Amino acid sequence: MSKFLSRQGFNSGESTYELMPFRFKRVENNEVLLSNIAGEHLFIHQSKLEPFIRHELDNTDPTFIELRARHFLTDNKTKIARDLLPVKVRTRYKKLPEFTRLHMFVVTLRCEHSCPYCQVSRQSDDKIAFDMTEATALKSIELALRSPSKHIKIEFQGGESLLNFDLIRFIVDNAIRLSGEKQVSFVIATNLAVIDDEMLDFCQRHEIDISTSLDGPEDLHNANRPRPGKNSHQKTIEGIKRVRDVLGVDHVSALMTTTKASLDRVKDIVDEYLANGFYNIFLRPLSPYGFAIRTRAYAGYDTDRWFEFYKEGLEYIIELNRQGVEFREFYTSMVLKKIFTFEDPGYVDLMSPAGIGLAAVVYNYDGDVYASDESRMLAEMGDKTFKIGNVHQNNYEEIFLGDALLEPIEKSFAFSAPMCNECVFENYCGADPVFHHATMGDALGRKPESGFCRRNMKVFEYIFQRMREDSYVEDLFHRWAA
Amino acid sequence: MLKLWGNVRGENISLKAPTLVTLTDNPCLPDRLKDEHALLTCQGMPKAEGFRAYLTRDDAGFGQPNEFRLDNQFDYLAPGDIVRLDPRGKIACLFRKNTNYNTILLTEQCNHYCLMCSQPPKNIDDSWLLSQAMDLIEKIPRETKILGFSGGEPTLYGSGLVELFRKAKNYLPTTMLDVLTNGRAFKSTEYCREMQDVNHHSLMFAIPIYSDDPVTHDYVVQSNGAFDETISGILNLKASQQKVEVRIVIHKQTIERLVRTCEFISRNLRFIDHVALMGLEITGFTRANLAQLWIDPFDYKNELSEAVGVLRHAGVPTSVYNHQLCVINDDVLGSYRKSISSWKNEFIDTCHECLRKSECGGFFSSSKMYRYSDHIQPFQ
Repeated sequence: MSKFLSRQGFNSGESTYELMPFRFKRVENNEVLLSNIAGEHLFIHQSKLEPFIRHELDNTDPTFIELRARHFLTDNKTKIARDLLPVKVRTRYKKLPEFTRLHMFVVTLRCEHSCPYCQVSRQSDDKIAFDMTEATALKSIELALRSPSKHIKIEFQGGESLLNFDLIRFIVDNAIRLSGEKQVSFVIATNLAVIDDEMLDFCQRHEIDISTSLDGPEDLHNANRPRPGKNSHQKTIEGIKRVRDVLGVDHVSALMTTTKASLDRVKDIVDEYLANGFYNIFLRPLSPYGFAIRTRAYAGYDTDRWFEFYKEGLEYIIELNRQGVEFREFYTSMVLKKIFTFEDPGYVDLMSPAGIGLAAVVYNYDGDVYASDESRMLAEMGDKTFKIGNVHQNNYEEIFLGDALLEPIEKSFAFSAPMCNECVFENYCGADPVFHHATMGDALGRKPESGFCRRNMKVFEYIFQRMREDSYVEDLFHRWAA
Repeated sequence: MLKLWGNVRGENISLKAPTLVTLTDNPCLPDRLKDEHALLTCQGMPKAEGFRAYLTRDDAGFGQPNEFRLDNQFDYLAPGDIVRLDPRGKIACLFRKNTNYNTILLTEQCNHYCLMCSQPPKNIDDSWLLSQAMDLIEKIPRETKILGFSGGEPTLYGSGLVELFRKAKNYLPTTMLDVLTNGRAFKSTEYCREMQDVNHHSLMFAIPIYSDDPVTHDYVVQSNGAFDETISGILNLKASQQKVEVRIVIHKQTIERLVRTCEFISRNLRFIDHVALMGLEITGFTRANLAQLWIDPFDYKNELSEAVGVLRHAGVPTSVYNHQLCVINDDVLGSYRKSISSWKNEFIDTCHECLRKSECGGFFSSSKMYRYSDHIQPFQ
C-alpha cells in the first residue's frame, strides 16, 4: 500500500545528535553502566561507548535507539527528554520543601537493659537527671509543629522510653491539642520489657505504633541485649504478641542491630524474623559509633565483613522468595525504590541533601536538639558538633536555619562532592555528614577511604549484578521497589 | 455485528431535515412529548397521532405521516434509543439505551494515518457531526454512566470540543466521559487550560503511545513529530489536572518494544491514570496492512505478562482488553477486562464448550470474521 510510508521515512535524515549529561562505569561482561541525574540507567556494550561520545553512532544502531529512548541523547527526531528529565528531578526533590517530618523525643535516658552497643542509655533511677521535663517537652512540641510538613511523626526514644510513660502521655495529649491543621502520628521505640495493659490501651486509643528491637535468635539477642533476668528475648517476643493482639499485626515493627556476633548468623536472624511473623528485615550496617570507630578498622575490614553478611542474607531472602515465602530486605528495597521510581523514599542514610535535620531531628531529654540520632550518640562520646540548638535557648529559625545544620548539609551534598559528582551511582546514594565527621573529622569526607562509600558502592554493584544475571531477581526487585 | 445505519423506506415523509428522535413504544405518551419521539409500532397497537415519526416493522403500515419501514436488521432498536431520521429515507442509531457503552463519532478527519486505523480518516468537512453531538447530548438520559467520543481526531475542533464537554457537563452532570485523541493538540498549554476550565468531574483523555522509540511511534501513526507532541500533550494535560489514559494497540510493529514502552511509561509517565493494552481489531486499515500487523497473541503472551508486570510494579492501573483467556498467561488475569462494548464480546464455535466462556472477553466481531489466534482452546 503506497499511501503508507516505510519506517525509514520517519527516521531523521542524518545521525547528528547531542549528548545529554550522564555518568558511567565499566562493569562486568564488557558492559558499561550509564546513568543520568534523573536516575535513568542503561547498560551498553563497551564497544559502543566511544562511538557514542564521539557522535559517531548511527541512528539505526540498536544502542542508539536505547540511548535515545532513555534520554542519554537527543536528535532531530525527539527533544522531549528536555521536558521529561526535569519532571523526574522535581519528583525526586518534591519532599524537600516539607522539611522535617520525623521528630524524635528522647523522653528518658534510663534503661533497664545494658546493651554494650548503646552509647546513650543509663542504668540509673535518677529521674531528675535523665528524664525530659514537661517544660522541655512543650517547647519541643511547639518546634515540631512549626515544621512545614503537613504530616509529622513523633517518635519516642530512650533509653527505654516506656520508663517515662507519663511524659509520653503528656506529649501525645498536648501534641494533639496543639496540632491545629497538622496531622500528627506517633510511634514508640521500646524494648517492650516493661509494657503493660494501660500503655497498650493508650496506644490503641491514639493509634500509636510500636517499633522494637529484635537482634536474632534467643542466644544472640540476649548476648547483645543484657538485662537483669537475662530474658530480653522472651520479653520482646511476648511483647510483640501482646502488641499485635491489641493494636493489630501492622502496628509493630522490629529493628535489629548488627554486631560482630551477628555476622556469622544471618540465616538464623532472618529465620527469627520469619518465625515471628515479620515480612521484612533491615540488615543494618555495623554502627561506627562506639568501639568500632575507635579501632579505625571500620572503613576496611568491618565494611567488607558486613557486606558478606548482607550478601549472604540477601541471597537467603531471594531463595526464600523463589520458594514462595514472601520476605524483603529493607536496605535493598530503599535502593531499588531510588533506582526504579524516582521518588525519594526518605531513608535518612540515603538522602542528598543529607537527611540530618531535614528528614529527622532529635529533641534530647535535656532540651538539646540534634540533627540525627547518630548526632546525639556522637555527643554522648564527647563531640557535640551536630547539636543544632536548645529548645529553651533557641527559636525555630535559629535551630533549623542555623549554620550548625545547614553547613554540613551544603558541604556534603553528593551532587557537588568530589568523586560523588562523577559517580554512576550518585542518584541512588546519599550524603552522611555525621558518619564522615565521626570517622574523618569533616562533613564531606574522603570517598576512597570512606566506609560509607565503600559499603554503598558494593551494595549498588551487587544489586545491579544480580538483576543482570537472574531474571527472577530482576522481577523480585521490581516488586520490592513498588 | 449490528447495522447502525442504513436505508429504509419512508412513507408520507414531511420532515424537512434530518431529525433526532428518541424511540418509544408507548402510544399514550403525553401530547407535548410526542414531538420529540418516534413511535415503535407493533401489531395491534391502537391508533396514535402526533408523534414526530413512526417506525414500523410489518408491512401493514400505521397510516401516519413520517412512517419509516424497518427491515429486520433494525430489530435491535428499542425504546429509549436515539436515532437520526433523514427524510431521504435513512436511519442512523446514535445512542442505545440497553448497552453499557455508547460512542459518539465526532469527525472522520485526522492528522494521523495509523497503520491499523479502524476508522480510516476522510478529508471532508463533517463538522455537522459536532453539531449533531451537541443536540444528541440534550436527549441522552442523564442516568447514563459513561459516554465515549471518538474520531478521527476530535481535538481538530479546537474550542468546539471544549464547548461539547461543557454541554455534556451541564446536561449529563454525573456521566463519565472518555475521549479518544492523539493528544497532540494539548502541546498547547492554552488548550489544556480551556479543558481545565470546563472543570468536568470525570473526563478522561485516552491517548495512544505505540512505542518508547519515537521513530516507531511516528511510523505507526504515519506522522513525523507525533511522538514529542503527544508526550508533551500528556505532560500538559496532567499539569492541568486532567485524567489521561494511555492506550497501546498490540501488533507486530508495537510488540517488539512493548515491555520497554511500558517501562518508559512507568519511568516517565507514572502519574497517568490508566494504561489500556488492547488487542488488534481486524477492521479498517488493519485489513489492508494485515501482513505487517498480525501477530498471534499466543506468540506474545510472555511479553504481555512482562509488560503488565512492569506497570503493576510501578503502581500504574492497567487493563488488558480484547484478548482471549486461552492465549494469555494467568499472571495477566489481575488486569484482564471484558470489554463493555457488545460488539467486542463475540465467540467462535470452539468456545461453546469452554468452561470459562463467561469470564472471557471473547473476540471483536471483525476478528471473528477475519483473523484470530491459531491457539484458541476451550478450557475443559
